[in-house]
Amino acid sequence: MSETQVTDRIKQDLSESPVVLYMKGSPVFPQCGFSAAVVEILTRLGVKFKSHDVLQDPSLRQGIKEFSNWPTIPQLYVKGEFVGGCDIIREMFASGELQQYLTEKGVATTAAA
Amino acid sequence: MAMDAAEIERLIKDGIPGARVTIEDLRGDGDHYAAHVIAAAFKGKTRVQQHQMVYQALRGRMGDALHALALQTAVPDDA
Repeated sequence: MSETQVTDRIKQDLSESPVVLYMKGSPVFPQCGFSAAVVEILTRLGVKFKSHDVLQDPSLRQGIKEFSNWPTIPQLYVKGEFVGGCDIIREMFASGELQQYLTEKGVATTAAA
Repeated sequence: MAMDAAEIERLIKDGIPGARVTIEDLRGDGDHYAAHVIAAAFKGKTRVQQHQMVYQALRGRMGDALHALALQTAVPDDA
């Protein structure tokens, strides 16, 4: 895929699902501890999300980094907006900010904030 | 490939003048670090923007020579 095609595909992905996680591996078999940590947080919050495995697609792995100007995977997006990588998501979860943010964005969580 | 803690600290300080940087080598393998960066330049920026400034200072090494850098950023109390 060309760079433009990758960008278009990312925009398409983000418009189709309210919560999107670009990660290494799948939620069931994460291939990286940082990706696993974000999956665990989303699971604990009971958030439904769509995941994309960048290891299956080198152009996506590079493209998503350029899209967000962010050098690492995982990357979490809510309603098309880049929220952060593993460190930021962990920090937001620990402070309760993540639950609050998701609620503000109209994303359902099952865990009490 | 690994990176020296002192070099990480130097790059961050060069890129973000006045930053206070604490680096911890998490596993002692020169490849997994935690960095705590406090800088007045972060004021008014989102967390994503603050981290982007640190990554910018590392000039492309993050995700490449530097596999794992757990990052925490903050604005000094007096800024």
